[in-house]
Amino acid sequence: MSITLIIFWFLSFLALISAAIVVFAKNPVHSVLFLIITFFAIAGHYLLLSAQFLAAVHIIVYAGAIMVLFLYVIMMFNLNKETEPHKKPLIKFIAVIAAGLLMLTLVAAFKGTEITVVTAADPSIGSVETLGKVLFKEFLLPFEVSSILFLAAMVGAVYLSKKDLN
Amino acid sequence: MEAINSIPLNYYIILSTALFCIGALGVMTRRNAIIMFMCIELMLNAVNLLMVAFSRYLGDSNGQVFVFFIMAVAAAEVAVGLAILIMIYRNANTSDTEVLNELKW
Repeated sequence: MSITLIIFWFLSFLALISAAIVVFAKNPVHSVLFLIITFFAIAGHYLLLSAQFLAAVHIIVYAGAIMVLFLYVIMMFNLNKETEPHKKPLIKFIAVIAAGLLMLTLVAAFKGTEITVVTAADPSIGSVETLGKVLFKEFLLPFEVSSILFLAAMVGAVYLSKKDLN
Repeated sequence: MEAINSIPLNYYIILSTALFCIGALGVMTRRNAIIMFMCIELMLNAVNLLMVAFSRYLGDSNGQVFVFFIMAVAAAEVAVGLAILIMIYRNANTSDTEVLNELKW
């Protein structure tokens, strides 16, 4: 078993187990903390796939910005307690069955598909240089549109969280 | 340390599928709107991971640029979504989706 495979299994189990804890933890703060662990595991996967730029952006955006927002809102709502109401056991059971069936269907759909893998692919496709060239040549318009999206989101968030809308 | 030589692409497909299904399970089982939001983030990340894996194994960097855009949209979505949640909490004093059912037919 090569070292890469060991790292892959470790990161995969870390991601899956902490994702399960996110879903089943009673305290919302624990959910957020385990979601951060999941994000770090996914960033590790990005590094394994030699997508260094995305790994860095992932940690900065998700673990840095989004999780801080979540923690801030949870602390503001004062949800840091374990008395949260839960759904009925029957509904939970049905949900587990449904998620299992979804997994089964997706895996069965992937089964038997042949994907030609380019083993000699250039390992530098995840580097900042290559991605920057692609981003600012082929995807320049979507990039600018996403900046307008950010502006709209910013205005919307500020407007929505104002105390009285008049 | 190159994943492409020792890990089959199927492993990444199964891992992403499992992460996506855990996220879907969370959306179905939890009642707290914030936790449902976090599970949606989990599903988005599963898709991102799959996209990066395909981009690497097929030698095409467009997939990674798309992941970049998905991250940007996810950040905007979280900002607006949490603002809406704060406003709802201020008016209804709860984030329980079984109470916030006025739009339910």
